[in-house]
Amino acid sequence: MSTRIDTNPKLTQTVSPRNEATYLQMVWRRFKRHKLAVASLIVLGCLYLIAIFAPLLSTHDYRAVEPEIRLQAPSSEHWFGTDDVGRDIYSRILHGARISLSVGFVAAGFAVLVGTIVGALAGYFGGVIDDILMRITEIFMAFPTFFLLITVVSLLPRSIFNIMIVIGLTSWPGLARMVRAEFLSLREQDFTEAARAIGASDRRIIFRHILPNAMAPIIVSTSLRIGGAILSESGLSFLGLGVQEPFPSWGNILNRGRNFLRYAPWITMAPGLFIFITVLCFNFIGDGLRDALDPRLKQ
Amino acid sequence: MVATNEVLLEVNNLVKHHLQRSSFLSRGTSAYVHAVDDVSFKVHRGETLGLVGESGCGKTTLAKTILCLQPATSGEVLFEGQNILQLRPKQLRPLRQKMQLIFQDPYSSLNPRMTVGEIIAEPLLVHNICSRNERQKRAQKLLDVVGLAPYHYRRYPHEFSGGQRQRIGIARALALRPQLIVCDEPVSALDVSIQSQVLNLLEDLQKEFGLTYLFIAHNLSVVKHISDRVAVMYLGKIVELTTGNNLYQTPLHPYTKALLSAIPQPDPQRKKEHIILQGDVPSPVNPPGGCRFHTRCPRALPICSQKDPSFREIRPGHFVACHNLDL
Repeated sequence: MSTRIDTNPKLTQTVSPRNEATYLQMVWRRFKRHKLAVASLIVLGCLYLIAIFAPLLSTHDYRAVEPEIRLQAPSSEHWFGTDDVGRDIYSRILHGARISLSVGFVAAGFAVLVGTIVGALAGYFGGVIDDILMRITEIFMAFPTFFLLITVVSLLPRSIFNIMIVIGLTSWPGLARMVRAEFLSLREQDFTEAARAIGASDRRIIFRHILPNAMAPIIVSTSLRIGGAILSESGLSFLGLGVQEPFPSWGNILNRGRNFLRYAPWITMAPGLFIFITVLCFNFIGDGLRDALDPRLKQ
Repeated sequence: MVATNEVLLEVNNLVKHHLQRSSFLSRGTSAYVHAVDDVSFKVHRGETLGLVGESGCGKTTLAKTILCLQPATSGEVLFEGQNILQLRPKQLRPLRQKMQLIFQDPYSSLNPRMTVGEIIAEPLLVHNICSRNERQKRAQKLLDVVGLAPYHYRRYPHEFSGGQRQRIGIARALALRPQLIVCDEPVSALDVSIQSQVLNLLEDLQKEFGLTYLFIAHNLSVVKHISDRVAVMYLGKIVELTTGNNLYQTPLHPYTKALLSAIPQPDPQRKKEHIILQGDVPSPVNPPGGCRFHTRCPRALPICSQKDPSFREIRPGHFVACHNLDL
């Protein structure tokens, strides 16, 4: 190996007099070091763009039934092939992305909202409030999740929105516990005590002092939960309890292909691949965020 | 320092017991930590009252109970003649402006997600004292007062050293122009070279703003340097209280004597008698009966294990709680 003059750009950057980075800039700098997470972010960005521009990008009407071209293998005309009633799978996947991806966001958002509120109240106020809220949380945790999903979904009218809420309802308890633990430890910190000494209200202490410091684990768990919610929706659709035909979601395209796995594997392959990639991306981003937001790894 | 005779803070028979949470299996056998047990003293306006004692003797609990950050078990705390322990949170809020706290650990006492400006201006915002512009001006003025630069306003706490962070904590405590500041070991987490800087700053601020300090420490030389009067605490009780000079020259309580003999002598020629106490501090969950100190006291009498000595004025302004005094 030849010797070379080492000009490390990072070194000169840190030596420069006081670059006053904001907190977000610091997080971004650390996040960028996680190559897989950055790649995942780009892939997911593309997926969301695809979902947004689905009508422009799709080559066929996703609802058009053409029995004469049923179960066709991928070709230049039908990129991912056609299903058992002759619908173009590529177009259905694009439109299904809209539903699957938004289910992930809304369901995870709902779970985070409920989990954070319950966990924050329990952790901050403690005592009886804590006991009551945590027992409720444990009841939710004790139910087998999928069983609960199936029961509630079959009771409610099957709108996409209901499915989102139900998925959210089953995934908040873990988050509530985590937020509670964060609040319990942050409540004892001196800066919380200082805020009380200057006469700050409970609301101010919760929102201004404790919550911003508890944000890192909440954000990380949100990104993981989005992946989980997309999986749950696919699972429900696979069982025929999720998004109803003719509307496509990755789960029900998968479900549709189940019977033709032998002669038309492309029907299941394409949505399966999309679910796999999306969930994987959210998990990588979660990992990257965990490293980037953890103040103990500050450099 | 211009101590007056006007009493600013009066603590009467203050008791604080922490409930030790009984475990699920041993339900019903709850134990109490006797953190502060029947403590009474007065703080005059403009003076610095030092409070010393070893780790775990209840100093910090006493401070937090006085500031109503923890509910007291019994007793009263009179601030300007008003019993503040009976006030409801709403009535207490305006009083918070008059008494503030400086913390021991400058790392955990500042919210890492707020800028220095936000931290210092927050008290003004909470009490809705002035406009946004005025708040910024005042916060920058305070930074100047505690020896930092106004342009530090937009920085985050992690960009500062321990001593600078403590200055930020002091600026926050000063923002509301309080009368009483409880300093909970404000320098024990700092380097020795920084300690004296912060102590001098505290003294200058006292002169400038006419502050009254309740100064908690476990370093006797620090307390001697800054205090007008000193109280010595042992296992939740105050055992001796007098002026700084009296305490250091003619200590009466055996525990105080032992503490003072432990101060390192800078002069190797001067041999001093060392009083080495036997054993450890008893558990505050189960404090010894009678005088708390009798298990380790070199001069204990039979009566000491039976009767709790009263905290009485032996000489003018010199309070001691001991049965066996040689006067």
